[in-house]
Formats: sequence, C-alpha cells, structure tokens
Amino acid sequence: MDATAIALSARLAGVTLLVLLPLAVLLGRWLAVTRTRFKPWIEGLLALPLVLPPTVVGYYLLVAMGNQSALGRLFEALVGHALAFSFGGLVFASVLVNIPFAVQPVQRAFESIAPDLREAAQCCGLTRWQALWRIELPLAWPGLLSAAVLTFAHTLGEFGVVLMVGGNIPGETQTVAISIYDRTQSFDHASAGAMAALLLVISLVTMAVSYGLVERLMRRRRSA
Amino acid sequence: MSLSLDLRHDGPPLDFRADLPRGRITALLGPSGSGKTSILRAIAGLLPVREARITLESEHWDGAGVRLPTRARSIGLVSQHYALFPHLSALGNVEMSLTHLPAAERRARALEVLALAHVGGLEHRRPHELSGGQKQRVALARAIARAPRVLLLDEPFSAVDRSTRKRLYLELRRLHEQLRNTVLLVTHDLDEAAQLADHLCLVRHGRLLQAGPAADVLNRPRSVSAARLLDIPNVFEGRLTREAGDERLLHWGPHRLRVAALDPALPDGLLRWAVLPSNVLLAHADRAWNSDLENAVHARVLEVVELGGEAVVRVQPAGLADAPLQLRLPTRAIRRHAVSRDADVTLCLRSADIVPLCDDAAP
Repeated sequence: MDATAIALSARLAGVTLLVLLPLAVLLGRWLAVTRTRFKPWIEGLLALPLVLPPTVVGYYLLVAMGNQSALGRLFEALVGHALAFSFGGLVFASVLVNIPFAVQPVQRAFESIAPDLREAAQCCGLTRWQALWRIELPLAWPGLLSAAVLTFAHTLGEFGVVLMVGGNIPGETQTVAISIYDRTQSFDHASAGAMAALLLVISLVTMAVSYGLVERLMRRRRSA
Repeated sequence: MSLSLDLRHDGPPLDFRADLPRGRITALLGPSGSGKTSILRAIAGLLPVREARITLESEHWDGAGVRLPTRARSIGLVSQHYALFPHLSALGNVEMSLTHLPAAERRARALEVLALAHVGGLEHRRPHELSGGQKQRVALARAIARAPRVLLLDEPFSAVDRSTRKRLYLELRRLHEQLRNTVLLVTHDLDEAAQLADHLCLVRHGRLLQAGPAADVLNRPRSVSAARLLDIPNVFEGRLTREAGDERLLHWGPHRLRVAALDPALPDGLLRWAVLPSNVLLAHADRAWNSDLENAVHARVLEVVELGGEAVVRVQPAGLADAPLQLRLPTRAIRRHAVSRDADVTLCLRSADIVPLCDDAAP
C-alpha cells in the first residue's frame, strides 16, 4: 500500500471539501431562489464536468494554469512556482471538477425549503444571514451532507483530471487512484489490489452512511 | 386611522386604497384570486409592488423613496399553513422571533406568549407533534411575541376543523381584547369575517369594493358586486319615481314600495336594490291585507328548506315570475305561520331595509 498516496488523496479531498462547501452553499442557495433568465446557462456551465471527458476538462485547466495564462502567471508571481503539476493546482482542478457534485445537492436542498418558511424567517425579524444560519442551513443539511460525501468520495477516486493537471509526482500530485494505475502498470497487483479494495470500502461506507442519514432525516421531515 | 394603504401592481392586478383603523380587527373579504393575500404580503414587504404607499401612522413603510425590509416592519404574520420551522420546538419557533432580546429574556417572553396563546406545556413539542389547532396557536404566539403593531392573519383558520375553528375565534377575540393591536384578517369566509371583524373591506379583482364598520357593510352593500360577495340572493331591479308631496316610490313589478328612508339625492329611474333575507318579514295571516303593514307584498311559497334552527324560504312575489325572493326565518316562525310549499303569505319590506345598489363601475 502506498501510504503517501493515500494520505495525499485524503488531504486533497479534505482541502477540496473545505474550499468547495462554503462556495457550494452560497452558489446553491442563490441558484435555488434566483429568477435570472441566465439560470439554465449557469446551471449548464456548472454541470459541464459531469458530461465532458476528464481529459477535456484537464486540458483546459492545464492551459488555464500554464504560464501563458494570466492565472498561471499570477499564481507563479505570488507563490513562486507554477500552478500546474503542484498540489495547489490539484486543489484548483479538484474544486472545479467537483462543483456539480457539491452544488447540485445543495441547490436541491435549498429548493425543497418551502418559500413560506423563508418569509416566516423575515417576519420573525431575522436578517438574511441569521435566516441562512438558523433556518435554512439546518433544514438543508441533508443536502449539504450529500454534497460533502459525494465531493469527498469523488475526489478520492478522481483520475483523469488529476493525471492531466497534476502528473504523477509522488508526495505532491500522485493520488491513490494514480498510484493504483501506476502499480498496475508495474504488475504490483498486491499493492494495487489492496488500495483498490480500500478505496472501494471507503466509498461504499461513506455513501451508505450518508444515504442512511439523509433517509432518516427526510423521514423525520416528512412526518413533520 | 392607523395603517394606510395605496397599492398598484400588475401581476397580480392591484389597485387598492384603504385605511385600516387602529386597534381593530379588519377583515379583508374576497373570493379566491381577488388579491387579498397579495395585499397582505405587500404590507409585510414580502411582495414588491409596482407602486406602493404604506404608512403606519406617521411611519413610512413603503413609498416616497422608502422601502422598509420585512424585518424592520412592526408586523407579525400567521400564514395559511402556519410556516412553523420544522426543526425547532414550539419554544424554539417563538424564540426565533425574539432574537433581539438577550437569551434569558427570550426564554421568559416565549413561555409567556405560549401561555397566552393557550399552548403552555407544549413548548418542547416539534411542529409534527402538534395538532392543527395547536400549530395555529404556536404560529400566533410566534407572531405576537415581538408585540407587533400590526398582526397579519392569512386565512389562519382554513386548515382546522370546525369545532377547533370556533374555539380559535374566541381565543383570537380574547387575545385581541388584551393586545389591542391592529389586526388584518384575510378570509374568503363570510361567517368568519362577520364573527371576528370590527371593520370590513370587500375586495374583488384587487380593488376595494366597500369598506366600513362590519355591521354596516354586512347589512348595506353598496354595489351589486358587494351584494354578491356578501352572498345576498335578493338583488332586484325596480324603477324609482318621485310622487306628489316628494314621496318616493320604488316600482317593483306590480308592487309600489314606499322608500322614505332612501337617500333623497338618488335620481329617479332604474334602480338596483337588495334586501337581506333576514330582513324580509313575514306578516300574520290574519292581519288585514295592506292595513298598517309597511310595503306589504303578497307571495307564494316555492320552497322551504330547514337548516338547523333556521329555515330558508323561497317565495315568488305576486306578478314577478322571474324574481324569487329569499327569507331566513327561525324554524318556530315557520311552524307558527304554517309556512309550507304553495302557501300564500304576506311579506313586509320595510323601507329602511331596502338597500339601493350602485353600478359596479362606480366606487
């Protein structure tokens, strides 16, 4: 087993989650209530990582992070090294690729809150932030949980985009999925098998636990 | 006057001006889709209206470049389905409207209003553990917790059974006696409005049809639409004339009704008029025809339907085949006068009970 790769994947998944979840809450909440006519385009754009091949997403990200682009140059000027083929680049790519996995469940959760509850919160004298914090987030948390689990599990297993923008640098960008690929290529089936099984178990357990929690919560909500 | 409204909007259409008296229960009565709830939502600041002027005494809520957000308006709202926060207990729901108070005061005040709304002891129950009536009381407690100057009730009794509703009417009246705040009750239920409201606004297509003290509006509709809204079946057409000695007569088929109580400014000619079923009197059969009876009308009974202690009697006035008249009488009066189908009866239409109706286009 490649402990370094497993640790790196866990770190990548954790950081992605930390960055993405607050973003998903704001974006999902906004999409749930907005009446802008551009909504289908915005939703379509955010869902692109679901339908595009990881190589296509990876290619564009690589171009965006390269030193030909403003983003790449800015990052290099600030941090001192290139964004591509670094852990930072991996986080950046991972956040973008996971947007639909995080935003969609959050958006659906906010959409399922009855509008009269939002209005009741206003009539209670709550500010927007108070209403979000005290009313909407507690009601939307099954969606947030789903978003977190999906993002975490998906980041652990992400392969294509990570390979495109991160390459395969042990300790820096070699995630567990890439390490499995690497070990398989070098006929180290024992190590590849162990890591694949670990990934399988982690994914299964997190998904099952989250589905169970959400189901229990929704049942309670329905009986309310 | 306390709460003054001038609202104009396109979707839903609103062209509504009214003043709601301070410290009274005003019912906004109208059919479904008449814009009642939109008016209430505009007052709460939940519906942005194209042109709005809302003032509570000298305080501008809307208009003149001001638009106070909902949380800054001194309102409490009970919506049709109560909108209780499902993740919070009854106590938590009420405390949510008291976030401006320190935590200790918040708890004490929440318990106080829950007791006031007769749901003391249920403070730890979640909404799904409460009955319809209890939910309504918790919602009311939450709405009054901040001691709002205006309490908005959006068909708050529509989701509870009849017996609970009667009890809640009583409790609301009692609570209002204590709080004395301005209450706006949106309802399409005429009985509810009649039982609860001091002041009545009739609304149709987003416009005010008539407003005034509830007893006045209920007994004296001003237009055909208002009469329909008040479920008054006896709306007729007659011809008004001025006789010698300035006496005014309303010609209704072969009948000539004396209408001394009518506004002298009403012009002669075609007049629509109404009479409430409860104001049509039945004369004793042995009374001399047309002696001292005011506006006696001979009629034949078409139908008698008993509803509880009351009977609805449909009669056909002599010479008026197309103008059936409805009366509401206590059942004992039916027995006493031996009123039955095809019986001939004598009715009395008192001048003071003949209500002239203007055309709908006029205000």
